[in-house]
Amino acid sequence: MAYVAPAEAEVEEVELYHAKSFLTKYVFSQDAKVIAIQYSSVAIAIGLVGLVLSSLMRLQLGFPESFSFIEPSDYYQFITMHGMIMVVYLLTALFLGGFGNYLIPLMVGARDMVFPYVNMMSFWIYLLAVMILIASFFVEGGPTGAGWTLYPPQAILEGTPGSGGGIILMLVSLVFFIIGFTMGGLNYVVTVLQGRARGMTLMRMPLTIWGIFTATVLALLAFPALFVGGLMLLLDKVLQTSFFMPTILSLGEQLEYGGGSPILFQHLFWFFGHPEVYIVALPAFGIVSDLISVHARRHIFGYRMMVWALVGIGGISFIVWAHHMYVSGMNPWFGFFFATTTLIIAIPTALKVYNWVLTLWKGNIRFTIPMLFALGFIVTFVNGGITGLFLGNVAIDVPLSDTMFVVAHFHMVMGVSPLLVIFGAIYHWFPLMSGRMLNDTLGKVHFWVTFLGAYLIFLPMHYLGFLGVPRRYFEMGETNFIPASAQDLNAFITIVTVIVGAAQVLFFYNLFTSMKSGEVAEKNPWKAASLEWQTAEQPPGHGNFGAELPVVYRWAYAYGVPGAKDDFVPQNMHPDEVGEPGAHEASEE
Amino acid sequence: MSLFSQLAERPWAPEQAAIDDQHDGGEFTLPAPQVGLRVFLGVASALFTLFIVVYVERMVFSDWQPLPEPWLLWVNTLILFASSAGLQWAWVSADKNKADDVKKGLYVGGVLGFAFVVGQLLVWQQLANLGYYASSNPASAFFYLLTALHGVHLLGGLIAWARTAYKVQSGLSLAKTRGSIELCAVYWHFLLILWIVLFSLLLFT
Repeated sequence: MAYVAPAEAEVEEVELYHAKSFLTKYVFSQDAKVIAIQYSSVAIAIGLVGLVLSSLMRLQLGFPESFSFIEPSDYYQFITMHGMIMVVYLLTALFLGGFGNYLIPLMVGARDMVFPYVNMMSFWIYLLAVMILIASFFVEGGPTGAGWTLYPPQAILEGTPGSGGGIILMLVSLVFFIIGFTMGGLNYVVTVLQGRARGMTLMRMPLTIWGIFTATVLALLAFPALFVGGLMLLLDKVLQTSFFMPTILSLGEQLEYGGGSPILFQHLFWFFGHPEVYIVALPAFGIVSDLISVHARRHIFGYRMMVWALVGIGGISFIVWAHHMYVSGMNPWFGFFFATTTLIIAIPTALKVYNWVLTLWKGNIRFTIPMLFALGFIVTFVNGGITGLFLGNVAIDVPLSDTMFVVAHFHMVMGVSPLLVIFGAIYHWFPLMSGRMLNDTLGKVHFWVTFLGAYLIFLPMHYLGFLGVPRRYFEMGETNFIPASAQDLNAFITIVTVIVGAAQVLFFYNLFTSMKSGEVAEKNPWKAASLEWQTAEQPPGHGNFGAELPVVYRWAYAYGVPGAKDDFVPQNMHPDEVGEPGAHEASEE
Repeated sequence: MSLFSQLAERPWAPEQAAIDDQHDGGEFTLPAPQVGLRVFLGVASALFTLFIVVYVERMVFSDWQPLPEPWLLWVNTLILFASSAGLQWAWVSADKNKADDVKKGLYVGGVLGFAFVVGQLLVWQQLANLGYYASSNPASAFFYLLTALHGVHLLGGLIAWARTAYKVQSGLSLAKTRGSIELCAVYWHFLLILWIVLFSLLLFT
């Protein structure tokens, strides 16, 4: 078929903001790449605080009564802050603010986000939210210890750790986080919709962008629920309104509250909370699809179904929230409905897993570090997902609820799994961001210790859950129905946790030394077809694509194209340059 | 092309490639700021819908006592309507290239928008004088909360309005300010519809 050249670009060149000083170039920067690094640095820094908190919790659980500096109230504060930090301030911010900012403009062929100033404000408001969160560690009574779900009435009542300034700062921080995220989210969505390069149709976008885009839409619709719940809880605390607070006695005294509904808060929280799982998971799904395709030198299997599954999962994720509330008490039909939707959401999710495996089938698999992490993700996600099917059923959830089984489940599925993708993505895109390669040996040690360590930590935790070991307990004491050996298992888990935690030092050592003295990366070292690797410079400069914006001629998965010069064809390579006539016509088997 | 038909495309197929190569990269014919505003209005709608759902859920409890409805709320509603109409006038005038009418419409819209916020604060004062505080009853708590949030959205709009008015006043051509005027008008219409929904909710409950 004769090639028809596209018409002249009708899209006007974006007027870029050019920084004039160090301050506007690197601090108050409007360049999405700099904002991405800022977001990522802050998210990882606060994530390390979350990691330290989890180690402290594990020390208490593994060796109770050995650490006099950990009081029961401290333990609850560690739990709460660990959960909130990891879910919201690390994972959401890193996937969307970090990877979203870096990858969206580059992968869709834009010079920057469509609203760079608003994008910059998004980061600074996020930073403010993090600062407020950190400030809560230093107020009288410390940070809130209400559990990351912040359920009223206990979250704001005296007797709960951090029920003074701690809970107020937590809620204020969340409100700021949501405002900041909304500013960023508008950018991500509108850049994907309106800022793409010529020829980049929606269905030519890499799955990474589909994942980030869908997750952002989810977040824009789900975070308002947390905003509503958080703001009303704040008013219950500060102005003594009774949105959620029932008539209640506290420490023998009748409080002024009355008539409110704590269950209402739970609905609001989980209407946000369950999509939040997918706000974290969908970017991970997208990124891992691209890692597998690039490192197996094969087009992603079932691209369209992968897109449909992302969108489908996003939609269904809004009608499963009450499976977190089976033990709150609900009409059995209500429980039946949510159990059914929970099982249904497993279908598109399983479809993605099959397609990842089928992409690997007969692929030219290269066991690079990003590929190892991607494979580790698939296995871990299947493990964590299957226990999710257990817990989605009311009859199984009720006895397992509030046991360590639940902790093991959600750490596998939304802790370890996305973290493996984050590591894989950093190893994959580090050469683009820094122009240097990460050390391979250190990377492999980091992968194996993290991957195997995660299993040594969380597989036994499932077993503890089956035994009936409850979650959230400061210590077990003497409990007749739990064998003493459970404590040995707890001690074992703690020791592995400390080792895996310490192994992350290797990663950071690798990151910082490679940034300065790592092997210089050749251009497009993984031979990827997507646009971010086709920039004029590596790392990409201000404006991303040099003098002219790229024109896109194909999807991002043109690997092993018959007759092509190389085993991949970049998205922006003109059909005449590909090789033999017709070589650009990559076909899906 | 609808989203659904786009999702059915087969991007690897040669016949699809010939079509895709002609794509200009944008999804809508609207400029990015207009799309951005509409996405934002979607988020704001989700936020207020959730508030309304919670409101309806909370009002079925026995402690709910309806609030009195100060007549000033009707006046404020008219003011916001006129404010929205003013901005619509500015938008239409911008399309017709009538610079003087743009200014008039813009000032009517902005000043009346500000007057609405002041009017809402007066309603708060009236209610407080009658002994209805945020902590008195869930109905009054919701009233203060919803009017405050609506007011904050309007104040945000007034910042955008002030920037636009400054641009118009400093003599920038209508070609360069038309987009901002349209954004202000669309946002004001949204806030008017939102207020009518919230006011109806307060009236009927």
